[in-house]
Amino acid sequence: MNKPLRRIAIFCGLLVLALLIRDNYLQYVKADQLASQKDNRRVAIQRYAHPRGDIIVDGNPITGSAVSKSGDFKYKRTYKDGPLWAPVTGYSSQAFDGSQLEKIDDGILTGTDDRLFFRNTLDMITGKPKQGGNVVTTLNAAAQKAAYDGLAKQGGKGAVVALEPSTGKILAMASYPSYDPSSFSGYSDSDAKAWNSLRDDKADPMQNRALRETYPPGSTFKVVTAAAALENGLYKSADEKTNSPLPWTMPGTTTQLKNEGNIPCENATLRTALQYSCNTVFGKIGADLGNDKMLAEAKKFGFDSEQFTPVRSNASVFSDNMNQSQTALSSIGQYNTAATPLQMAMVASAVANDGKLMKPYMVDKLQSSNLDTVEQTEPQEMSRPLSSENAQILQSMMQTVVEKGTGTNAKIDGVTVGGKTGTAQHGVANSANPYAWFLSYAKLSDGSSPVAVAVVIEDESANRDDISGGGLAAPIAKNVMQAVIQSKK
Amino acid sequence: MSSTTNSPTHHTSTIGAIGAPSRRNTELALLVFAVAIPVFAYANVGLAINNQVPAGLLAYGLGLGLLAGVAHLAVRKFAPYADPLLLPLATLLNGLGLVVIWRLDQSKLLQSLKGFSPAAPRQLLYTALGIALFAVVLIFLKDHRVLQRYTYISMAGALVLLLLPLVPGLGADIYGAKIWIRIPGLGSLQPGEFAKIILAVFFAGYLMVKRDALALASRRFMGLYLPRGRDLGPILVVWAMSILILVFETDLGTSLLFFGMFVVMLYVATERTSWIVFGLLMSAVGAVGVASFESHIQTRVQAWLNPMREYELSRQVTHDGILHSDQLQQSLWAFGSGGTLGTGLGQGHSDLIRFAANSDFIFATFGEELGLAGIMAILLIYGLIVERGVRTALAARDPFGKLLAVGLSGAFALQVFVVAGGVMGLIPLTGMTMPFLASGGSSVLANWALIGILIRISDTARRPAPAPATNPDAEMTQVVRPS
Repeated sequence: MNKPLRRIAIFCGLLVLALLIRDNYLQYVKADQLASQKDNRRVAIQRYAHPRGDIIVDGNPITGSAVSKSGDFKYKRTYKDGPLWAPVTGYSSQAFDGSQLEKIDDGILTGTDDRLFFRNTLDMITGKPKQGGNVVTTLNAAAQKAAYDGLAKQGGKGAVVALEPSTGKILAMASYPSYDPSSFSGYSDSDAKAWNSLRDDKADPMQNRALRETYPPGSTFKVVTAAAALENGLYKSADEKTNSPLPWTMPGTTTQLKNEGNIPCENATLRTALQYSCNTVFGKIGADLGNDKMLAEAKKFGFDSEQFTPVRSNASVFSDNMNQSQTALSSIGQYNTAATPLQMAMVASAVANDGKLMKPYMVDKLQSSNLDTVEQTEPQEMSRPLSSENAQILQSMMQTVVEKGTGTNAKIDGVTVGGKTGTAQHGVANSANPYAWFLSYAKLSDGSSPVAVAVVIEDESANRDDISGGGLAAPIAKNVMQAVIQSKK
Repeated sequence: MSSTTNSPTHHTSTIGAIGAPSRRNTELALLVFAVAIPVFAYANVGLAINNQVPAGLLAYGLGLGLLAGVAHLAVRKFAPYADPLLLPLATLLNGLGLVVIWRLDQSKLLQSLKGFSPAAPRQLLYTALGIALFAVVLIFLKDHRVLQRYTYISMAGALVLLLLPLVPGLGADIYGAKIWIRIPGLGSLQPGEFAKIILAVFFAGYLMVKRDALALASRRFMGLYLPRGRDLGPILVVWAMSILILVFETDLGTSLLFFGMFVVMLYVATERTSWIVFGLLMSAVGAVGVASFESHIQTRVQAWLNPMREYELSRQVTHDGILHSDQLQQSLWAFGSGGTLGTGLGQGHSDLIRFAANSDFIFATFGEELGLAGIMAILLIYGLIVERGVRTALAARDPFGKLLAVGLSGAFALQVFVVAGGVMGLIPLTGMTMPFLASGGSSVLANWALIGILIRISDTARRPAPAPATNPDAEMTQVVRPS
C-alpha cells in the first residue's frame, strides 16, 4: 500500500502548495491594491490614527485634534473659532468627508502626501510618531475678525473678502451666517444630528458666500465700466465731460434708463458720474463700447472664469451676445451680471495695484511636521486690466466717492481710501430687498496699498430704505481696512 | 527506516532489537520552543494593545508549559517511540491560537457585539480537556488495532453523531449551517468534528476487509477498472450520506471532508486510480446537483466569485431574502493589509470581520498581523503535521494502521485546505474551523484526540521489535536465510 501512500503525501503537499501560492498572490501581489481599496475601513482608520496637521493663521493654528471617545477613529478635528474660520478651512469630518482647504490639502494635513515621503521615512526610522504637515495661510486674523464681527452685527447674510493688492494674498474671507465645523467632525450620533440640522437650515450656513455665491454687483460694477471706457479711449480723463444726455433712452428700445433720485448726471464727468453713481452715464458707456469690448475688459478682471485660491470660486458672469440695451444694463451691474465677493475684491485690488491684477491665493506655504517648507506659493500676475495711468485716474475717481460721494462712511483718518458703493436690485420687479455692496481699497502715505475689500450684505429683514452700500457695507469695509493697517504697523 | 543492531559483534541474530531511536528528548527540546513562542507572542499582543506585558503572562506560560509537560510525559510513558514532531507542532498551533483568541477578546468592536463573552478562558479550558483526552487515548488505547473491532459500531456512532444536529430541540441552526447541537449546561457542540475520527476508524476497518475484493474484482472499461455493482454499494452509501449532510445541514465543508477522506482511503486500500476518477466524478455530480437547488450553496459560490459585490449587497437592504455577508471581502482586506510582514500582533483590524473572527476566520487575523511570512510558516506547520501523519502510515506495519493514519492525516489536510482556501478566496467558503487555531471546544478536543491516535500508530510503527529470548545455543544455531 506504500505506493498510493506516497502519492497521497504528494497530494497533501500540493494542497499546502496551492494555499502557499494563493497566499503569496493575496499578500504580496494583490496586497497594495487590497490595502488601499477605499471600502477597506483600515484606510480610514489609518487616516485618523494620528493627529492631523494644522491650518495656521498669523503663526497660530486655527485647528486642532482631539481624541474621539467612541468608534475606531482615534483623532477627530477641532476648530478654534470655527464659525469665524469655516469659509477658509472648510471642514474635515470622519463621517462626512471634507471640504475646501481641509480637503484640498488633505494629503499634507494627514501626512500621506508624496512630498512628505522623506520626512515620514526619517520619522519611521527614528521612531517618531507619524504627524501631518501644516497649511500656512495668508490670512490676517484681525481683518478676519473685523469682517466676521461686522457681518454678525449686521445680522443678515453676507460675505467679505479682503486682498493684498500687490500680491493677491487673501487677508480676510468671511461668510455669514456660518457654522462650526467642530460640531460634526466626529462619527457619533450628535455629529450626524449637527450635520443634518446645518443641511436643513434655511439660512444655508454652510454656503461659502465669499467664493460660491454670485450676486448682481449693482453699481460697484461701474468701476469695471469706467475702466473699460478709459482703456478703450472712450474718455481720456476723469474730468472730461461725457456725452450723456438725460433722460437717456436705451438703444433699440423705448425704455428710459433711470437714476436713483435727482442727481447731476447730464454730461457729467466720469468723476462726478462715479461720485453720484449715475446709471445713465455708465449705461451709455456700455452701450457705446458694445458687448465685445465690455466683455473683454470684464474678463481681464477675472469675470467668466473660476478662480482657484486654491479653493475654487464660482465664475462671475458677464454675458456674451447681448444687444446694446442689454449691454447697457449689464454695465451698471444689472441684467445677467453677477459676481462673487472675491471677484469684486479683485476689481478693487487691480485698481489699487496700478492696474495689475494679482492672482488671489490663501495658502502661503505647505509645511512638513517639522516646519520645513514643502511648497511656497509665489505671487503671480493674472492680468493687466488697466494701464498704470488709467488706474491712477480711476483711483482718483474712487477716492472722490469716499471723500464726498456715496462712500463717506469708509473714510479713515490719515489714509487715502477709494471705494464704490452698490445697491443691487434683485427679485422679480425688484420686489426683494436689494443687496448692499461696497468695495474699497486703502492707500498709505508712502503710496503702497495694503488692502482692498469687497463687502456684500443681503438683508431681507432690514428696512428697504436703510439698505445702501454706503450705509450697511462701507463701515464693515472700513473696519477691515483699519485692522489690516493696524497690523502692518 | 534504518535498521541497526544493538552491538556490532552480534551479527548472527536473525531478529535484533531494531527500530528508530526514541527521540523523546528531541520532542522535549522542540516543546520548549512550542511553549516559548506563544508566550513571546502573548507578551507581544499585550505590549501592542495595552502598552504593558499582560498580567497573566506567567500564569499563561506556566499553564501552557504544564499542559505540554503532561502531554510529553504521557508520550514518554505510554508511547515512547512515537513521532517526536507531532506533539510540539500541535502545541505550537494551539498556543498561538490561544494568543490570537485572547487578542480578539480585547477588541472593542467585538466586545460591542451582541452575545460577546471572552473566548480565551473557554479555549484554555478546552485545551486542557483536549490534552487530557490526548493522554487518555495514549493510556487506554494500548494498540490501535483494537479499534478494528469496533468497525461497525463506529459506523453507527458516526451516523448518529452526524444526524444529531437534525434532531428537533437538540440541533441549533447557527447562521445557516445546521452542524451544532446544544447540550444544556455545556454549551454547543459540533459532532461533525468527532465524526471525522470515528468515520476514519470505520473506513479503515471496512476497507481493510474489503480491499481485495474492491481492487481485484472489476471490469476493465476504457482503460479504467470499474468496480462491480455490489462493491459499489459502500461508496454510494458514503456519497449519499455526504449529499444528505450537504442538503439537510447545508454544510459543504463536512460533506467534502468525509467524501474526500473516503476516496483517499479507498485509493490507498485498493491501489487503483480508477477509484479516484470515480470519486471525483461523483463529488462533481453531487456538488453540481445540490448547488442547482440549494440557495445557501449558490450564495456561497456567488460570494466566492465576486466578494466585492457580496460586500456591497451586505451594505444594502436586499429583497432577495438571502443573507449577504461581507465576511469574505473583509477577510481578503485583512490579508491584503497584512502584506508581506504583517502589522504585528495586536496591531491589525481583523475584528472588522466581526462575527466568527475568532473561529472560522481566525486565519485572517494571522494573515493581517503576521503577514505572508507568518502564514507561510503556519501553513508549513500544518503541512509538516500532515506529512508526519502520512509518514506514520508508511511506517505502520499493519494495513489497518496504515489506512487509519492516512485517513486521519488526509482529513486533517483537507480540512486545512478547505478552511484556509475558503478564507483566502481560493475556494468557496465553508463553515469549518482551522484545527487548533480556531476558537471552539469540539474542534480542539477532536484534534487532540486525532493527534493522540496518530502518535499511538507511530509508536507502534517505530517500536523496536521485541528482542528474541537469549538462546544459549545461539553460537551453534545454523541460520538458514532465504536468498
